[in-house]
Amino acid sequence: MSGILVIAEHEGGVFKKTAAELLGKATELAGTLGVPVSAAVLGDAPAAELGAFGAAKVYQVAGDFGDYDTGAVTSAIVAAIEASGADVVLTAASFLGKDAIPRVVARTNGGQSSECTELRAEGGQVVGRRPMYAGKAFADTTISRSPAIFTVRPNSFGQPVAGGGSAEVVAVNAELKHSGLKLVERKQPETEAVDLTEAERIVSGGRSLKSKEQFDAVVRPLAGSLKATVGASRAAVDAGYAPHGDQVGQTGKTVNPQLYIALGISGAIQHLAGMRTSKVIVAVNTDPDAPIFEHATYGLVADLFEVAPKLQAAVEALD
Amino acid sequence: MKIGVCVKVVPDTDTRIKIAGGGEGIDESGIKWIVSPYDAFAVEEGVKTKEAGGGEVVLFSAGPKDWQTQLRAGGLAVGGDKAVIIDDPALAGTDGLGVAKALAKAIEAEGIEVVFTGKQAIDDDNVQVPAMLAELLGWPHVSFVSELSLDGTTFTATRDVGSGIQEVVTGSLPAVFTAERGLNNPRYAKLPAIMKAKKKPVDVKALGDLGLSADDVAPAVTTTAFSLPPERPAGRKLEGDVDSMVSQLVDLLRNEAKVL
Repeated sequence: MSGILVIAEHEGGVFKKTAAELLGKATELAGTLGVPVSAAVLGDAPAAELGAFGAAKVYQVAGDFGDYDTGAVTSAIVAAIEASGADVVLTAASFLGKDAIPRVVARTNGGQSSECTELRAEGGQVVGRRPMYAGKAFADTTISRSPAIFTVRPNSFGQPVAGGGSAEVVAVNAELKHSGLKLVERKQPETEAVDLTEAERIVSGGRSLKSKEQFDAVVRPLAGSLKATVGASRAAVDAGYAPHGDQVGQTGKTVNPQLYIALGISGAIQHLAGMRTSKVIVAVNTDPDAPIFEHATYGLVADLFEVAPKLQAAVEALD
Repeated sequence: MKIGVCVKVVPDTDTRIKIAGGGEGIDESGIKWIVSPYDAFAVEEGVKTKEAGGGEVVLFSAGPKDWQTQLRAGGLAVGGDKAVIIDDPALAGTDGLGVAKALAKAIEAEGIEVVFTGKQAIDDDNVQVPAMLAELLGWPHVSFVSELSLDGTTFTATRDVGSGIQEVVTGSLPAVFTAERGLNNPRYAKLPAIMKAKKKPVDVKALGDLGLSADDVAPAVTTTAFSLPPERPAGRKLEGDVDSMVSQLVDLLRNEAKVL
């Protein structure tokens, strides 16, 4: 192995949490493997600061990346990998990690392991452990060609403590091949709630809500009082009680909150796959045999229409 | 217009995954196989595109020829015109890039002008093949499309870029679009269409037919040590009337689980 390169993403010059998270893990792996750690930065950002998290060198590609363009990002990352000489690359499984990284792999004839939740050094190489089947199974992956790119699900590792060092910044000149797409509008989400995939608390409703009106009258106010994001089962989405973007499960969002409250959700396998890593699961269902109760931290065999307003009042009464 | 749709056949979402033997893969016995749900959105978009502007919808899969059962039921019976299956022993152990290389050659051979596919297959959850395919074809791609309008060869697409943010982009064909939930509502196959689909052509090709060798699709990625996720510790059901259960719950969430 020759080195580990971390793609350090930033927004308007402020590094995302994943930049330090990945550099922390890269430093740990590189220590075992005896190789250097570097970072790649696209556009204007305080690149030298990444030295604090273990990057000896930072390869900074000049250009305007304010409006994300797949083509420009792909050529910049390919140039940074070549300049660094690293054969292992770590990047977040962010939009960039899902949208541009596969193109980087195809262009360089490398290999990619997606959405890893664990990385370890073993036998002189990096091993990535990743969920498959929406988390119904896990497997180890190794990559035999260079660049070996591991994309990592955000918040898989902790944030490292910043040290004192400053990185050497190396300017990389790349010909940025634009995709030809034109960005015409950027729409912010309509609600102020945190996106499901990042939410700390989620209140989800199922088919038992029986109508969009009742879903809106019962699930949303409880979520509001808990400062939680609203989710829904596939049955509720298919019935039109909630928009498709709210669906939790194998064909919707995979979520990982501290608290997941399931109202009137039976717990189909495909739903459980999307929320089983929640720290605490509360299930409310009138059917005592509903599969959701096998997975719930706290189960209430009761009518959700009675429980939800009382729970809401109790939460609002808390200081 | 010649419209391509890439489809993978995967275990149904209701499948309880079991691990085979010593962890070398999953136990496929008793699994019900379906067209990956996001690919079903892609099929529907392909068929809608044909209905709006004419043309032909060709399905592409890299997998065993037995997949034609699902390709007929979930593709040819809902408006697809023919299917191309690339079945080759060398593809069995390949990775995302190997699959993309095979699909790219087959798509070029058919003179396809636009490709739709699901944002990911729900077995490997790699989210790799569509963008790799676009790169190999030398086309742009738009990921996670939840709204699309085509006007001749120009398009306007809405993509989900994470954190609930959507971007509207414009461009021109050829291009690859990856389907997100919400793009459309896939139609159900009607009985006469299911009967008719049995007679639609399915071409089975080997890598050699596409000018590829086993070395061309040799995988970089090796996957081993399959296991199930850890079981959740058993929970408990609360007792009493609703008022009592609610007050116990609030107390437990606050003082035991410490999440309130």
